[in-house]
Amino acid sequence: MSEDAAERVRETVDAVYRSDSRRVLATLIRLLGDFDLAEEALHDAFAAAVERWPRHGVPAKPRAWLVSAGRFKAIDAMRRRARFDASQAELAERLDAHSSDPGGGWEDEGVEDDRLRLIFTCCHPALSPDAQVALTLREVCALTTEEIAHAFLTAPPTVAQRIVRAKAKIRDARIPYQVPSRAELPDRLDTVLHVVYLVFNEGYSASSGASLTRHDLSGEAIRLERLLIELLPEPEAVGLLALMLLHESRRAARTSPAGELVLLGDQDRSRWNRDQIAEGAALVERALSSRRFGPFTLQAAIAAVHAEAPGAAATDWAQIVGLYDVLVRADPSPVVELNRAAAVAMRDGPSAGLGLIDAILARGDLGDYHLAHSARADLCRRLGRTAEARASYERALGLTRQAPERRFLERRLGELPD
Amino acid sequence: MKYLCLIYDEEKRLGGMSKNESDAFTSEYFAFTEGIRKSGHYLGGEALQPVQTATTVRIRNGKVSTTDGPFAETKEQLGGFYLINARDLNDAIQVASKIPSARLGTVEVRPIQEFNQQ
Repeated sequence: MSEDAAERVRETVDAVYRSDSRRVLATLIRLLGDFDLAEEALHDAFAAAVERWPRHGVPAKPRAWLVSAGRFKAIDAMRRRARFDASQAELAERLDAHSSDPGGGWEDEGVEDDRLRLIFTCCHPALSPDAQVALTLREVCALTTEEIAHAFLTAPPTVAQRIVRAKAKIRDARIPYQVPSRAELPDRLDTVLHVVYLVFNEGYSASSGASLTRHDLSGEAIRLERLLIELLPEPEAVGLLALMLLHESRRAARTSPAGELVLLGDQDRSRWNRDQIAEGAALVERALSSRRFGPFTLQAAIAAVHAEAPGAAATDWAQIVGLYDVLVRADPSPVVELNRAAAVAMRDGPSAGLGLIDAILARGDLGDYHLAHSARADLCRRLGRTAEARASYERALGLTRQAPERRFLERRLGELPD
Repeated sequence: MKYLCLIYDEEKRLGGMSKNESDAFTSEYFAFTEGIRKSGHYLGGEALQPVQTATTVRIRNGKVSTTDGPFAETKEQLGGFYLINARDLNDAIQVASKIPSARLGTVEVRPIQEFNQQ
């Protein structure tokens, strides 16, 4: 084979790795019943492809070839270890018998189910939320431990340890590699959606640090959600994709060129991404028409009303308050109530909103939540209650670690009349 | 695979039940036990006497020390257990979620460590 042809085969291997390595991994985990064994087998399979494909040509079904090669390598490795450990021999025999039946079906069909199995296993509620996020990004999205650590401002050994512990729990407590039954599905899907949304939010509004957003993580969450919908088109999953796209559409407008935070009402709406808004709005319609939607769909519907308004004043605040009323019933939380209060302030004036926020704070909720105090400060400022506004901005400032948000609050404090 | 379901209840709360409530709770337990015997999950299970009957034993510096009460004072106390046989953790969680105390207290599900007999 000429140099050129060899180079083309190497490029093919790279392309197959990018497009299919996670599918192959998901199937290997099912066949081998072990994450670490499957990862090792995946690497061995691609190493074999790099060696053999240039000499023997690219197989007709590269993915099936890789699964098969990975499985043989794993069984081989177990047999070699079996010389020292009898239990490995038994395992190798079982795997061989289990997957060598000719109509095994593991070659092509069922592969999409394997990816869904992988998502549900990584997001199993018996794992801690931190572990769910780390494992999903590692195994499903193929991020490296270093990339995950960087994105979450954690040390790589901490992330590595989380992943090792999660895999050990999957193995030792026998967390099954399966898509949940119909009865369990709503709760289990909810856990998966929360993991995706957590990843998105970490990318959209980093909880600390100098930069307001970490773009890659949001993009990763959107890709993951698209995959999930392709595999399992549940309305609430569609609603979450809509919500993320509608938030993402405002990304360019929510920070100034100098990196300062720009609030929704002050954003230059010509910089909103119209394609993302159109896709998000269509997905909201689709989720709402199912009549089986939940909180993510309702939040997406609210975001869609904002997205369709030409400006803050021209926004249909009555409709937004109405949607919040439904959301408060579907998913009661002080944060949802706070957002509803802000919408009421836009519909009925600042004092109506302030009354609602003060009631939440008086109840003892959200006292440590900086956005509650900055929202309160803003309404006091608009009512001319300068001293109260100052006290609340200062309270908010004491509670936020994010540099752009701090600068924003300091600017607002500076703009207050003496 | 074997799992131990450790049942934690608030003894104060159980003690505060009326006779009717307490009888109903007990018969729920009988029905649950009967159910997991039939389904083949059941390997064993017992209820424990209250924590004031507990004694904690340690050996320190070669000396046996015995103290009154449980190892840790908590709001909920270990009140009983089931040893079950389950296909996997999901199956074990399904069983544990039907233990009557899951509604009032907490059930901890722990896989049993298997040691290879050499």
